Amino acid sequence: MSQSNRPFNRRDALRMLGAGGAAAAAQMLPFGIGNVLAAGKLTVGVLYVGPRDDFGYNQAQAQAAAIIKQMPGVKVVEEEKVPETVAVQKSIEAMINQDGASLIFATSFGYFDPHVLKMAAKYPNVRFAHCGGLWTQGKHPANVASYFGYIDECEYLDGMAAAAASKTKKLGFIAAKPIPQVLRNINAFLLGARAVDPKATVRVIFTGDWALPVKEAEAANSLIDQGVDVLTCHVDSPKVVVQIAERRGIYSCGYHASQAALAPKGYLTGAEWDWQTPYTSLVKAAMEGKPMVNFLRGGLKEGFVKPSAFGPAVSAEARAKSTAVKDKMVKGEFVIFKGPLNDNTGKVAIASGVSHAQQDPVLEDMKYLVDGVIGQV
Amino acid sequence: MSDPASDFALGSLLLALLGGAMRVSTPFLFVSLGECITETAGRINLGLEGILVFGAMSGYGVSYLTGSPWLGILAAGCCGTLFGLLHGVLCSLPKVNDIAVGIALMLFGTGLAFFLGKPLIQPQAPMLPPLNLGGWSDDPQVRSALRINVLLPIGLVLAFVLQWALVSTRAGLVLRLVGDNAAAARALGYPVVPIRIAATAAGGFLAGVGGAFLSLYYPGSWNEGLSSGQGLMAVALVIFARWNPVRCALAALLFGAAGALGPALQSQGITSGYYLFNAAPYVLTLALMAASCTPGRILAGAPGELSLGNR
Amino acid sequence: MKSAWQLAAPFAPVSAAIVAAALLFALFLLVQGAAPLQALELVIQGAFGSAFAWQNTLSRAAPIMLTALCVALPARAGLVIIGGEGALALGALAAAMVPVVGAGWPAYPVLALMALAGFAAGGAWMALVAWLRHARGMNETISSLLLAYIGIALFNFLVEGALRDPASLNKPSTPPIGELYAIGPMPGFDVHWGLAWGLVVCALAWLVMRHTVFGFSVGVAGGNPRAAQMAGLPVGMLLIASCFLGGGCAGLAGMLEVAAVHGSANASLLAGYGYAGILVSFASRHHPLGIIAGAILVGGIGASGSLLQRRLDLPDAATLVLQGTLFLALLAFETLNRKGLRRV
Repeated sequence: MSQSNRPFNRRDALRMLGAGGAAAAAQMLPFGIGNVLAAGKLTVGVLYVGPRDDFGYNQAQAQAAAIIKQMPGVKVVEEEKVPETVAVQKSIEAMINQDGASLIFATSFGYFDPHVLKMAAKYPNVRFAHCGGLWTQGKHPANVASYFGYIDECEYLDGMAAAAASKTKKLGFIAAKPIPQVLRNINAFLLGARAVDPKATVRVIFTGDWALPVKEAEAANSLIDQGVDVLTCHVDSPKVVVQIAERRGIYSCGYHASQAALAPKGYLTGAEWDWQTPYTSLVKAAMEGKPMVNFLRGGLKEGFVKPSAFGPAVSAEARAKSTAVKDKMVKGEFVIFKGPLNDNTGKVAIASGVSHAQQDPVLEDMKYLVDGVIGQV
Repeated sequence: MSDPASDFALGSLLLALLGGAMRVSTPFLFVSLGECITETAGRINLGLEGILVFGAMSGYGVSYLTGSPWLGILAAGCCGTLFGLLHGVLCSLPKVNDIAVGIALMLFGTGLAFFLGKPLIQPQAPMLPPLNLGGWSDDPQVRSALRINVLLPIGLVLAFVLQWALVSTRAGLVLRLVGDNAAAARALGYPVVPIRIAATAAGGFLAGVGGAFLSLYYPGSWNEGLSSGQGLMAVALVIFARWNPVRCALAALLFGAAGALGPALQSQGITSGYYLFNAAPYVLTLALMAASCTPGRILAGAPGELSLGNR
Repeated sequence: MKSAWQLAAPFAPVSAAIVAAALLFALFLLVQGAAPLQALELVIQGAFGSAFAWQNTLSRAAPIMLTALCVALPARAGLVIIGGEGALALGALAAAMVPVVGAGWPAYPVLALMALAGFAAGGAWMALVAWLRHARGMNETISSLLLAYIGIALFNFLVEGALRDPASLNKPSTPPIGELYAIGPMPGFDVHWGLAWGLVVCALAWLVMRHTVFGFSVGVAGGNPRAAQMAGLPVGMLLIASCFLGGGCAGLAGMLEVAAVHGSANASLLAGYGYAGILVSFASRHHPLGIIAGAILVGGIGASGSLLQRRLDLPDAATLVLQGTLFLALLAFETLNRKGLRRV
């Protein structure tokens, strides 16, 4: 049992995470990355947290991966259902060592800290692109980039279409967790709805996790039983919610990708990612050897997000209203979050006269539901 | 400012629980009845989770290909039977542990279902039609709570039939004898091993049907997160129900209703602490078991040949 | 000659099972239109074919060794426990709280306290299972499963509520433990120290359970509780102790995930290691040393599955199919074993 006390004795070994890792990286590097780059070819590794065709989050990423696959000289290796554990690090390393990947798309939000950060320190010559907008100047390494979109713009447009179509003016939102990204979407949805009908309310159900089909179905049914007649959601796969809405004869708005095919009657519109924009620009930069743009973020204007095409249930009037706002957004003239705005406990969320443009970091920290949303954070 | 409390209505909550029981409990019901048959014969099949998932996939696939959800249900049951047979035969080999094989089968069934089910995620299969028992009411919530699946009444009737058959028919007595005392059954000339294999296959059939309910009725689509451990939980409910089919049905309904508590409260505006509400079915089951168990009679009602701990 | 054969005999069923599983998997791939030989080659290459493959495999195996003990130790006392995931969650949470309380203390005491806290929390959760059985007569299989779900709900409730680091915006987590208390890789081998902990704890478990009076008493209590009672053994205490130790191992796995991988407690921890442990323990006949081999096998399949996806474009589920086939074969070939299966 000579080993029994090792973990406690090797004091220094416990803390070699940063330095030791980087040293090991230098030895691992000659696995063909240099010559791959020199030949004008690029191997890109893409990791997904769920199945690639989930009608949602992962599908939106996989669609962009399929587009970069068509670019000349680009080879894409993919791995799906990689849990946010040490498996991420090992799969990334395997893509680098076994396939010669020199650009990695780590598409799940939870991959960033610690996994992407550890790998970026260990492989300084490999580029890492992470979906989620977490990269911070001075804090995070230069070979890491964040890409993310202002999807609340589309949520606002969804809310407008929803309130126009709704008869009860009760809208439903099924969300995974009350985190800032999700709260921002719920609030934007409500504000869009209120822009059309000031009496509209949004009822929220948190399921607690990103993919729980039965619970999402239960949530959808509970909301419909409460008189909700438009449903939308922020979970990994909106498939179940949209299908149940269609079956029970109410309207729905999609998320992540288009679910229009699932609800030919009731699908109003949806908030979709358009990841090909950041994907292609990151791949091009890597192939041309240009420095990495570390922070890629945009909305409708920059082509990072897009609304689904209107469904048949959206009236001409609602289309016109929504399109007018969309045009303003594309021109950068529309601000979603501006005062005076109260949260749903009666406190002032945004003071009168204050206006937060899309890029305002204050919005990244949203911890409230605005007045009109029924639910607690 | 909307005050959540003013939205709250007890009647509406109870209706929501009823609706939840009607919607969610069917897979628990079928899987636990299946496991009840298997365990009565003296075997444990923890692999029903895998069979459930495979049933969901194969049912969806066949419904999609043939256009008939009923053929889908049948196909799911047949696939379940095959998996049940596999478990039954493997565990009939000497020194092979049934619990362990069940856990391996869970992986195997789930893996095969995910592998073969990849092309089925995108297409839409025809669904089982609902039975509208609430047509007499004007209240949309009542009507929605009573819009049930035809498999639920079938399952409930099956529970009573099974109960009767186990107690009052020759086949039921033989099954129980095989599960309680294999040596005695052998002495009376009954083929213990084939009976156990048949019981496991029958359990597999029901678990497959329970899975098809998930993909063909509620939530009604095929995807890889569909089950989230419902098959495993249903097996546990059999112990809770003390190997009694009618109690299995009650346990499934209760569990389904408790599962609706979280979403129902949230739809009325009470969204804080949702993790705890969502754990309600487990807490309730635990509390009921703690209240109903008696020290010293650990597995009262358990088939004697069952390898679940010691007695 | 004879003694060599006797030594090799227990491994014959294992080898036969592996060959059978490989054939079945190849057949399955052939039917699916994939290249079976290439796939098998990639499986071996991806799991054990290079130094990197070994590091990949062992990194994935490390936590499973400990969660398998959460099944194996109570099994010695005749208990079928399937709720290790809950003990892992609570162990991780308890461990992650230690650096919050003891910020600024030197690394070693804090790491020791983290391990103790993780062990105690996981152990207490599983001891509750044994207590419910002993005092209330409740079946331990179902109560451990229920408590796993409840423990995970509690974990999520606390991580996203009272114990949440306000700075963890979109990935709710407890406050980061900090570099000082992080467990790094072993020197010259890029696998974190958790692997060594797993190996050592498995070895200790083997020593305690097979070579001490305590382990013997637990075995007697498990094999024949009535006889144990007559012999004056404190059966209840033995059951509770075995569950405490088992749950403690799962809690320790949670602590290592926090300290060596995640740097805080959050929902990413709950990746099913507890459930993988059940399979490994049963397939290893609850033998603590067999568990090491079983965990490496599971880790290796995980590592090779990654390669199969990238090279052959097989779906991720190929890993599950291979794992399921392999473990079914291993268990079925058990029947060829001369020594009978130890009564669980």
